[in-house]
Amino acid sequence: MAAKLRPWSVALWLLAWQGGSLALRAAVPHGALLLASPVQAALRLLELLPSPAFWQAVGNSSARIFGGFLLSCTLAVLLAALAAGRPWLEDLLAPPVAVVKAVPVASFIILALVWLDARSLSLFISGLMVFPPVYLNVLEGLRRTDGHLLELARVYRIPLRRQVWGIYLPQVLPYFRSAASLALGLCWKAGAAAEVIGLPAGTIGERLYTAKVYLQTPDLFAWTAVILLLAAAFERLFLAAADALAGKAGR
Amino acid sequence: MELLVKGLCKSYNGRPVLDRLTASFPEGITCIAAPSGTGKTTLLRLLLGLERPDGGTIRGADCRWAAVFQEDRLLEGLPAAGNLRFALGVLPGESGALLARLGLDLSDPKPIREWSGGMKRRLALARALLAPSDALALDEPFTGLDGENRARCLELIRERGKGKPVLLATHDLTGLEGAPVVRLGSR
Repeated sequence: MAAKLRPWSVALWLLAWQGGSLALRAAVPHGALLLASPVQAALRLLELLPSPAFWQAVGNSSARIFGGFLLSCTLAVLLAALAAGRPWLEDLLAPPVAVVKAVPVASFIILALVWLDARSLSLFISGLMVFPPVYLNVLEGLRRTDGHLLELARVYRIPLRRQVWGIYLPQVLPYFRSAASLALGLCWKAGAAAEVIGLPAGTIGERLYTAKVYLQTPDLFAWTAVILLLAAAFERLFLAAADALAGKAGR
Repeated sequence: MELLVKGLCKSYNGRPVLDRLTASFPEGITCIAAPSGTGKTTLLRLLLGLERPDGGTIRGADCRWAAVFQEDRLLEGLPAAGNLRFALGVLPGESGALLARLGLDLSDPKPIREWSGGMKRRLALARALLAPSDALALDEPFTGLDGENRARCLELIRERGKGKPVLLATHDLTGLEGAPVVRLGSR
């Protein structure tokens, strides 16, 4: 089980970062450029917040990355539902799923740049990263569906819609939930990387790249914090929706 | 309506469980009596269409069944009413009265995971008795019930099973004197 983030531990590491940044500034000419302090990053973030360009970048990146997540989740759930009862389809999908899991995301980003315009890149890449965990987990959940209840449904001629609500959803949702939690983190990392390489205008990735080119390390940390906050917020929202659905479903 | 099985055979891993069984199940209760592990559940599963026989024929079983399985097969997170709605689509008007006769409360909002084993068993039976059906398959429906609850259940099975074959698999024939009995082979 992953260790919890304790406030005292986070505070200690922030202090170490602040100390490291101050020490570097004292020891090296232009040391502040090499490692901005957490205070500088926080102040820069506060400066960025009122700017319309900031919200435009947040909106553009969120729409594409979370859009890729949602599209990929939908496709993964549909294909897992189809593959659950069709071993040939599961076998057919196994190689591409294994390839997506194994190949470094940078290779896909560069390949996708050849096929797609920069604006679609993060949507495609985040979707690509989401597909394997969601597909494989949902498939596993479907495999473990209670056969006794399915027999009951057959004898009582329970319509598929009610079976989905009462039997499949309660069984599959915990698997989907853990996959979605993992996938949301992955898609933000991969989506931001795709934007840094593809440089679509008005996105977080473009801002990160600009920060790198001009050695604006406070901006780099500020935008990184934005990505972390967005990833955490989307994860919480999405998982809360999944939990609400689980609460209403059959078990 | 009558169900007929003729020369019915079923084996698992080469071990015959049913060996050329021929029997008829007229309207009303027919007991299927046998020690455990000698084919009662297998026979019901074949009649319900959940498994295919290795040989022999089944006639009349292609009808609308309601069943009590060996296990309760209830949705543990739902209350009684939710379980009935899940299986039956809508709550029949007589649900509350039937459950009350079984000592259960339809309006109990607690999920049935908080119920005792005997209460769940009676709910599984109520579900089968409330479902519109042409035949009933009851696999050890009295498991976990005391004498009083068993008698209540049996009375309701007799009432609700009128005019349709009721196949009652049990190893205990108490209270079922007079009902036809199909005896399956011993192990």
